[in-house]
Amino acid sequence: MLLIPCPWCGPRDEAEFHYGGQAHVAYPADPAALTDEEWARYLFFRDNPMGPFSERWNHTSGCRRWFTVTRDTTTNAITPETSR
Amino acid sequence: MTADPHANRISPLAGFAGVSDARLDVREIPFLRQTNVRADPARLLPAWADRLPLAPGTWRRSGETDILYLGPDEWLAIGDLTPVPAEPRADTARRVGQDDVILTDVSAQRTIARVAGPGARDLLAHGCALDLHPSVFGPGRCAQTMLARAQVILMARERDEFWILVRASFARYLAAWIADAAVDY
Amino acid sequence: MTRRDREVLSFTFDGRPYEGRQGDTLAAALLANGVRRVATSVTLGRPRGIFGAWTEDPTAVVQIDRPFPEPMVQATTIPLHDGLAASSLAGRGRLSPDPDPARYDATHAHCDVLVVGAGPAGLTAALNAARAGARVILADDRPEVGGSLPDTGEPVEGRPGVEWARAAAGSYVALPDTRLLTRTSVVGYYDHNYLVAVERRGERAVTRERVWRIRAGRVVLATGAHERPIAFAGNDLPGVMLASAARAYVNRYGVVPGRRAAVFTTGGGSGDAAHDAARDLAAAGVEIAEIVDARQGGLVTGVRGDGEVRAVLIGRPGGPAREVEADLLLVSGGWNPVVHLFAQAGGELRYDDRIAAFVPGRPPEGGQSVQVIGAARGVFTTAGCVAEGLAATSPPDLPSTVTRSSRESRVPVDASAPGDAPAREDAGPSGEAGAQPLWLVPADDYTTHFVDLQRDVTVADLQGATSAGLRSVEHVKRYTTAGTAHDQGKTSGTLTSAVIAHLLGVDVGALGTTTFRAPYVPVSFATLAGRDRGALHDPVRVTAMHDRHVERNAVFENVGQWKRPRYYPLPGEDMEAAVLRECRAVREAAGVLDASTLGKIDVRGPDAAELLDRLYTNMISTLKVGAIRYGVMCRADGMVFDDGTVIRLAPDHFLVTTTTGNAAAVLDWMEEWLQTEWPDLRARCTSVTEQWATVALAGPGSRAVLAALAPALAVDAESFPFMTWRDTEVAGIEARVCRISFSGELAYEINVSWWYGQALWDAVLATGTVTPYGTEAMHVLRAEKGYPIIGQDTDGTVTPADLGMDWIVSKKKPDFVGKRSHARADTARPDRRRLVGLLPEDPDVLLPEGGQVISTGHLPPPPVPMLGHVTSSYRSAALGRTFALALVAGGGNRLGDRLYVPVNDTLIPVTVAHHVLYDPESTRRDG
Repeated sequence: MLLIPCPWCGPRDEAEFHYGGQAHVAYPADPAALTDEEWARYLFFRDNPMGPFSERWNHTSGCRRWFTVTRDTTTNAITPETSR
Repeated sequence: MTADPHANRISPLAGFAGVSDARLDVREIPFLRQTNVRADPARLLPAWADRLPLAPGTWRRSGETDILYLGPDEWLAIGDLTPVPAEPRADTARRVGQDDVILTDVSAQRTIARVAGPGARDLLAHGCALDLHPSVFGPGRCAQTMLARAQVILMARERDEFWILVRASFARYLAAWIADAAVDY
Repeated sequence: MTRRDREVLSFTFDGRPYEGRQGDTLAAALLANGVRRVATSVTLGRPRGIFGAWTEDPTAVVQIDRPFPEPMVQATTIPLHDGLAASSLAGRGRLSPDPDPARYDATHAHCDVLVVGAGPAGLTAALNAARAGARVILADDRPEVGGSLPDTGEPVEGRPGVEWARAAAGSYVALPDTRLLTRTSVVGYYDHNYLVAVERRGERAVTRERVWRIRAGRVVLATGAHERPIAFAGNDLPGVMLASAARAYVNRYGVVPGRRAAVFTTGGGSGDAAHDAARDLAAAGVEIAEIVDARQGGLVTGVRGDGEVRAVLIGRPGGPAREVEADLLLVSGGWNPVVHLFAQAGGELRYDDRIAAFVPGRPPEGGQSVQVIGAARGVFTTAGCVAEGLAATSPPDLPSTVTRSSRESRVPVDASAPGDAPAREDAGPSGEAGAQPLWLVPADDYTTHFVDLQRDVTVADLQGATSAGLRSVEHVKRYTTAGTAHDQGKTSGTLTSAVIAHLLGVDVGALGTTTFRAPYVPVSFATLAGRDRGALHDPVRVTAMHDRHVERNAVFENVGQWKRPRYYPLPGEDMEAAVLRECRAVREAAGVLDASTLGKIDVRGPDAAELLDRLYTNMISTLKVGAIRYGVMCRADGMVFDDGTVIRLAPDHFLVTTTTGNAAAVLDWMEEWLQTEWPDLRARCTSVTEQWATVALAGPGSRAVLAALAPALAVDAESFPFMTWRDTEVAGIEARVCRISFSGELAYEINVSWWYGQALWDAVLATGTVTPYGTEAMHVLRAEKGYPIIGQDTDGTVTPADLGMDWIVSKKKPDFVGKRSHARADTARPDRRRLVGLLPEDPDVLLPEGGQVISTGHLPPPPVPMLGHVTSSYRSAALGRTFALALVAGGGNRLGDRLYVPVNDTLIPVTVAHHVLYDPESTRRDG
């Protein structure tokens, strides 16, 4: 059970959160301008590194805010990215 | 039409007998007015800034109303929320007054279960992963979290008194869970 | 208290009555009664006795029959109680077919310091931390504190060990914010210092077992060490016992496990544990036949006896053996620090040559904060353990999480104890002697040299594995099953590694161990389920009108966590009759449905319309105040995610409804876009699902019903047109009435405060002209009209166009979530599966939902080309026949075609029809 630091509510059990996958994958500014392949890349392709990984979490059982942390996928060490 | 306009209203825990013994007292506090408050804390009128707790996880009494911090732009007021007068601003390009503060009536969305007594903390710990130690979650604290398998807003009132705000549809489940947990107290 | 002063308890084993004493384990009581064979091994069917004295025991696995059947429990850990009935097992046990009547629960706990193990090291650490002001939890799996002190009788600081331990525990619990959990096994160590423990509160407690979920600032592991066996021929015969276990039976329980004992030791432990054990047994009246010390070249080459030990064979491999009469053979192959929790936490182990065992090495990274002290890291002297406990919890070693800073921090217990540094060097005499450990006694035949007594794995089996080419201890484990029994390899793990290393000619430290996994001791499913059983298994969500549905004998269905009335059978009616009657009432008169479970989200702010434009496929911003629009949302992949209505209450204020099951997901979805992609939009979303109770009033008679209940409302179609809403009083209750239809009939949805939901329901039914209908009738009515149910007729691969709803996808909006995906070639394929109606040629045949649709009237050889599947199937009162909805490849081009649905061994012929089968011109919605 990870202990995830919500920037607003403080550290809470993982069970209170929904995972949002890789962070910093922005919705394309003009989707219509993308090729099918580029669009598919936005929709379906994500990194899966061994080591530090920026990822999004939503505190669904708490303040409902989305935020970003860096989690080391080998140790589960978590560093906040979003600040208040 | 009856004389009492409230005669036929029914609270979600109307059928809940409660728990009452030396260590634990559990009962419903029904029908309190509740208002969801949404606002940008950076753009609050002074009259609002004075009323809304800005520290995460805290609640504050303002007149007859308790206002709970729910998130960086969200609060819950329990009790009648008297309107704040609109104040014109010099910068007319910005929207003024109450347009900046969105109030939504959520009085019936949740009911309140009061859990009090020396056994209250231990009882809640069965279903709540938060650290409820008085040094961490004492009077003045509040939190949105899970109690058993229901989402709740937990409010520390007095040292051994908590209010649990639970959605109306989950209220009977949670009351049954509390009554079952109370067997050990 | 001596054994004879303790209360007498009656129990049975294999049906025979015995007496034991209060404080006994079942194993101790059996030994006291001379019962030595207590189980039969799982694979080889060999007799098995009692090998250990606590959780390390691999052999004495029994079935509890009373008070409640429990399979495969270690007799060495079962607290004896009056009336206990148990029986021997051959491996597997028996579960009860009846529900366990005992109560199990779980609780959460938080502390600055969690100390695991209440031996000399752990007790000292906990007391010291508590004195420094920390919030402390001390957990130990024994009924009493002291760790091995009651087993060894060793003194601490000049006091009898047991007395010292009780005094320390007394001082500890007297301090504020301390918790002592005895009979509590910490079974798992998870991320970020989250540990799970199981407390066994006893048969008489309200709650028999309790799971503790502990989040600790810091963890101190003082889990001690297990003595390990030596592999020699017949080392599984009842009467072969760990030396430490025999000593525990004598000292802790006052039970003599045999009459005449031999001792086989490699040396090790504090002083020399096996010699100490022999001394204690002798003092208790056991005759010590011989001490065979491997350091002096002595070897036990085997045992003799039929079913239990009668004699011990002493000698040299290949040479002649001396036979020494004995009924007990104490074995001491050295000591394994209990590193399970440290390893579970992610800590690395290293092999320590001094004690020939694996000890904690590099600590885990990430959010773990753990320290190992005492015998658990190879410090085997009592004084050394006490010193380690002190050092581990002395400021500034205490974590910054300590909540209260200043309580008197006295150094307790032993002024003569060394400081923190020396203890780490104090590994006891075993340090010198353990350099050449003895793992197995050489022989020609290794088929009875057991390494894992619970899994019946021998040295010969390990040879088989290495001969087969296996080189990894993990592979050998899976090949032989060594270490996979529920004792988690406590006695077998290190021995297995060492024997494999020996066979391969590699260094045991380089070979390593298998992975340590939770739980450290077996935990029953009943314990894990706790109170999440029966009615509390999952929350049951109910509406304000729930009691009325119950009173009307509704049959409920689960929709998400909600209980919704599926139908309301009248006396003598089955489901089919009830649903047909309810459908007919809506089509011909008026029906009422509890629609409170629909999700409701209040969307407000200057940019609310813009937000909804971006999330719905159709245009929302053009909706007039007072009007309502149906809308569909897609995921970015273009597939339908949810549908519902959007009500415009004010220029900057909307009320959005969602499907019952998706309410939370849609709110999350809106928040995700609002917060992460469009933070510039000034709009706020608030769930108001339970603010409102909703009654759907449907059918040609509904206008008259509403008119009678809402005298102030102009209900004619011109004043109150389709897809608009009005605020009024209904039955004297403030209400918002929406003209929405999910059946094709004239219909209204009446929303009132949840508090008044039951009053409204009662008022509607009191008119006497309205039939309550459930979700099944609702499903039939909507399906007749071709309205899809998201999640039933869709499955995440379906676009709006696939549902025949091209009309709901805006061509004007520059973008909305999902739009780009609709432009992919794949979503324009003509052979995509599209929603169609299916009419079985036999109008009485009901197709099974999920049935496959194929094109041929016979089954071709596999793979059979599948055209699609049936998504909804009903009997229709209005159509006078059965019908179905289905997703069928190229659906729209197949209208009128004959297709087939295989059901069991027959192919049911069906005709493809448009998905709107009833009132396609929508002539009925205005009544």
